[in-house]
Amino acid sequence: MHDSQTTTVEHEAHNPALLHHFADAQQQKNAASLGMWLFLVTEIMFFGGMFCAYLVYRLAHFNAFAAGSQQLSIWMGATNTAVLIVSSVTVVLAVKAAEAGKRKLLVGYLVVTVLLGMTFLTVKGFEYREKFEKHHVPGPTFKFTDTFDDNGKQIPVNPKEAQLFFSLYFVMTGMHALHMIIGCGLFSVLAVLAWKGHYTPGYFTPIENAGLYWHLVDIIWIYLFPLLYLISRHS
Amino acid sequence: MSENAEHTSHSQGFYIAIGIGLLVGTATTVGAAFVNLGPFNPIIALLIATIKATLVVLFFMHVKGASEKLTGAVVVSGFFFLAILLTLSLADYLTRSWR
Repeated sequence: MHDSQTTTVEHEAHNPALLHHFADAQQQKNAASLGMWLFLVTEIMFFGGMFCAYLVYRLAHFNAFAAGSQQLSIWMGATNTAVLIVSSVTVVLAVKAAEAGKRKLLVGYLVVTVLLGMTFLTVKGFEYREKFEKHHVPGPTFKFTDTFDDNGKQIPVNPKEAQLFFSLYFVMTGMHALHMIIGCGLFSVLAVLAWKGHYTPGYFTPIENAGLYWHLVDIIWIYLFPLLYLISRHS
Repeated sequence: MSENAEHTSHSQGFYIAIGIGLLVGTATTVGAAFVNLGPFNPIIALLIATIKATLVVLFFMHVKGASEKLTGAVVVSGFFFLAILLTLSLADYLTRSWR
């Protein structure tokens, strides 16, 4: 172990972002990253509970869930998946720009990420509007009629069971959209701070950790998309 | 410590290549949804989703090559507990009709 006083003076000279209770910048970064991952694990369990509920109810009311799923727009879902993947790439490039100390490039990537996040939310908004128009929003105005399979055969659907599908659809995509809104806010603040020069190649942990959050939100959508939109096309 | 400091970053081309791989995965899974594969439709869709999620975790979230092994342990434990939640719940609900 070093003499504490000399190390403090040394580090203050080297890196103003280093807090006094960490031995060096790498340890501080590892601690922040570990804390972020612990938070992400709680997020995985939070969404995991909803995924579990979805799977259990899908097994119990298979026909209604398939009929409900077939009402969703596969193209809007696919577009949003692509938008989120591109935004994950811009986030990872933002972290790389921060690491290299390229301030303007970093701000550029952060702004593009926020714009892509807003694109996702806009498409989601159009999807939600369609649900309102078709009376597929759970509540007193909910309506759902029987559907037809590929051969034109009528499949009877219990509207109450279909309502369960749309409840889970709105809760899961709604919680995901809330995370997207928070992420957009987070990256907007980071873009302003990055513009002011808060981040250096020696300290850009907030960019990295916000990036971890954004990638997790992306992963949740990577599972939501097939589960809600794709797996019940043929049933 | 110091030799681990600049460890996680790949080249810009590498990240774009992973991004293109993820987009190809998305196109494949959408294409597969239009083909009637019976019980394999959900299996293929979730398999592709898992491959995509693994790519994001390993390369975008820098779990592969992370300097701190503890972070890796936390990530694995997170997915482990999720697996317990899903397997035990489904082990119950999937077998209720077996009487």
